Amino acid sequence: MSAPLLAVRDLATHFFARNAVLKAVDGVSFTLDAGEILGLVGESGSGKSVTGYSLLGLIDPPGRIVAGSVKLQGRELVGLPTAELRALRGRRLAMVFQDPMTTLNPVLTIAAQIRLAIAAHERVSARAGRARAAEVLTRVGIPDAARRLDAYPHQFSGGMRQRVAIAVALLNRPDVIIADEPTTALDVSIQAQILTEMKALVSELGTALIWISHDLAVVSALASRILVMYAGRIVEQGPTASVLRAPRHPYTSGLLDSLPARAEPGAMLRQIPGLPPTLAALPPGCAFQPRCPRADSLCGMAPQVTLTGVRGWRCHHPLDGGPP
Amino acid sequence: MLGFLIQRFLQAIVVLVVIAALVFLGVFAIGNPIDVLISPDATQQIRLDTIARYGLDQPLWQQYLAFLGRLAQGDLGRSFVFNMPVLDLVLSRLPATLELTLAAVAGATLLGVPLGMFAGYRPHSKVAKLLMGLSILGFSVPTFWIGLVLILVFAVSLGWLPAGGRGETVTVLGVEWSFLTLDGLKHLLLPAVNLSLFKLAMMMRLARAGTREIVLTDTVKFARASGQSEWTILRHHVLPLISIPIVTVFGLEFGSTLAFAVVTETIFSWPGLGKLIIESIQSLDRPVMVAYLMLVACLFIVINFLIDLAYAALDPRIRARR
Amino acid sequence: MDADAPFLRFWAAFRENRIALVALAVIVAIALLAVLAPLIAPQDPYDLGRLVLSDARRPPGHVGSGGYVHWLGTDAQGRDLFSAILYGLRISVLIGVAAGIVAFVIGATMGATAAFAGGRSEMLIMRFVDLQLSLPAILLALVLAAVLGQGRLQMIAALVAAQYAYFARTAHGAAATERAKDYVEAALSTPLPARTVLFRHILPNCLPPLIVVATVQVANAIALEATLSFLGVGLPVTEPSLGMLIANGFQYLLSGRYWISIYPGVALIILIVAINLVGDQVRDQLNPRLKR
Repeated sequence: MSAPLLAVRDLATHFFARNAVLKAVDGVSFTLDAGEILGLVGESGSGKSVTGYSLLGLIDPPGRIVAGSVKLQGRELVGLPTAELRALRGRRLAMVFQDPMTTLNPVLTIAAQIRLAIAAHERVSARAGRARAAEVLTRVGIPDAARRLDAYPHQFSGGMRQRVAIAVALLNRPDVIIADEPTTALDVSIQAQILTEMKALVSELGTALIWISHDLAVVSALASRILVMYAGRIVEQGPTASVLRAPRHPYTSGLLDSLPARAEPGAMLRQIPGLPPTLAALPPGCAFQPRCPRADSLCGMAPQVTLTGVRGWRCHHPLDGGPP
Repeated sequence: MLGFLIQRFLQAIVVLVVIAALVFLGVFAIGNPIDVLISPDATQQIRLDTIARYGLDQPLWQQYLAFLGRLAQGDLGRSFVFNMPVLDLVLSRLPATLELTLAAVAGATLLGVPLGMFAGYRPHSKVAKLLMGLSILGFSVPTFWIGLVLILVFAVSLGWLPAGGRGETVTVLGVEWSFLTLDGLKHLLLPAVNLSLFKLAMMMRLARAGTREIVLTDTVKFARASGQSEWTILRHHVLPLISIPIVTVFGLEFGSTLAFAVVTETIFSWPGLGKLIIESIQSLDRPVMVAYLMLVACLFIVINFLIDLAYAALDPRIRARR
Repeated sequence: MDADAPFLRFWAAFRENRIALVALAVIVAIALLAVLAPLIAPQDPYDLGRLVLSDARRPPGHVGSGGYVHWLGTDAQGRDLFSAILYGLRISVLIGVAAGIVAFVIGATMGATAAFAGGRSEMLIMRFVDLQLSLPAILLALVLAAVLGQGRLQMIAALVAAQYAYFARTAHGAAATERAKDYVEAALSTPLPARTVLFRHILPNCLPPLIVVATVQVANAIALEATLSFLGVGLPVTEPSLGMLIANGFQYLLSGRYWISIYPGVALIILIVAINLVGDQVRDQLNPRLKR
């Protein structure tokens, strides 16, 4: 087996508040192969977005990557000088954000914003820049792109705006795109469109994709492999089909049970009892313990990762997986 | 666009009529100009003649209508003291004040915005904290006192710069300007610095607040994620975004700077409108006071209109609404 | 006890900012000095009969004919500057606070009434306020002070006229937001008189932004009074305020007798900076957008 495109090991990103340390990401490890689509699932506050930002080194103070390693084709990114990291951003690693209303600059034309992104990595003439911009916009399915270059973001619909953001991310055919809930802020019908288009685009370009979402249903339609995060840690991972069919971690199982598609019509949706943990006051041992139906005294100690082939989980009392 | 212009023009006229009424009430209805106009030992006949000549025997509302009528024809009366048409007098002093005010506001903006952006970009750095401390000082120290200190230091102690006057001027388009000669620039520097310090503090705080908010937004994160440098981000993303509130304040503060020029001009013997208004207040030269206030009101309307145009140029979302 | 709780919490947060705490101590000290000026000052600077001309324009440290040291020197009339500054601070504080309170009451009542009444009267009041706000405060105060003549009451009136609009705008904004909330609707649907709802329910909730405006405006009023007195349209010559002391010293500045202008200015600046520092901290604490 060849070396993975991206290898993350024991990544830890902490935020230093006045009198507390928030361990938003606390020892995350995973790998990503070229062209692979990976789903990163978790509730808000689970650390999934911070993981995404950490990969690009986009953590603002008071946050900081305190430990671990992120290797892109064997090259260490943690601790890389800002200038070198900047040269990788947008060229090798790109990102799409949740809300297209806030990511695009409202006072610049679409063409100007795309040109700034191009100019970050190469010198281009105004004319060549426009041609490139029109080309990428066409690629992401914006009709009549050349004529709409001088439009401003507010003249575009939410879905169109997100397409512009995706076009910017695809500009230099990066190796990896990190998509942080890019469809959450959109209408459901647009969501499905973007999802399909994005999947087609990355497979066409051979770009790997990390799709961050709180929505297990969305991720399962897209990703070949799933990571489930809880309170800054990956609690379960494996191929999508396997995780969905036979979750091992009680949290994953709870997430699956709360999906509307799985419920009996007319019956109450099942939900995970309790609230997502606050990072400032995590219980000792397993963070899921207070909400877990299977918890006992053993869970006061942090569980280690159990790895069997492609599956992995972090639990003292995993559910019976059945035949893998 | 034409509809917008006409609408603004009509609004401006309404505002001017209201301001004219306030000015009229404030300046004409209180106090007694006769005491100023006539020496105490004048005969009763001269006294009555003068009262009739200035229409001061008419009821107040008739005086106001007559005032408005003359105003509409551009006739603002004659100065009691200088005995010349007020409009000519005021207009002859206007360029000196405009020159001083523009220099002060432009200086404050050109210096304050970059400094404020830096302070907002690195809010926890020592330099940012120092800048913010200085800005509080800039807010608090009265303009007139700073003026004195500037004179004491740079004119009296060091002898680098002149303490007053406009210096050598050059006439362009029939108007005298100081900033075109070296001597004039020297004379302009201290008063302009004096007048600009308060605005500098304000611009710095404004730019800092805006930058601080914007660098945390997804717009900046997204630009970073595409590999743009911090300089590009500040220059091409943050600056256009903070320029909208800055232009507003620039416009509004231009007016108040014009008013504060009264203080600076008094200290530095700058022969502009401010010195004229102080003299006219001291000598109760009402037509001059009225003309000055009306002129300032007109300038305000023009400035507000320019701000609106600048808005539309800066923010496409506003352009779309028109 | 319960009513004190928000104040105690506010105080606990305020105490964390050392600079603001020092500034507050300075304000209290200056206020005490101002109140006790007749007891502390070696000389009554307003008693023209007791000024000795041979003591005029003496530098700091000079021992005058009164037999005591003029620590800050004397002015052109032979006034002990330390005494004159104490009395000047007294006037500054008195006028600043009085103008602030009156402007607060008038402005807040106008703004809240406008927001509460709504409709045409709201539009009329707020249009007028906006119009006035677009004119520089110093210009208004200058013209009014000139027209009204010299004197403390006239000065306060001029300052109030120049400043009430800021309170009106703030109160209107806060009250309009408050007016739209459900609890006001609920209170209005009870048989309580509308006036009670306005004063008992709406105004108290508008207080935080108004307090911030008040600190800024008291500082502004003090600076404005000094400026007007400097320009010669403020207080009468017989009762020199800080601004007038500075103006009187101006002509001697060029001949090197700096102390007549500089020391009153320093006193003025310490007072204004202290108020602004406290105001800054209060604003940060009351600003919901900066809450973490």
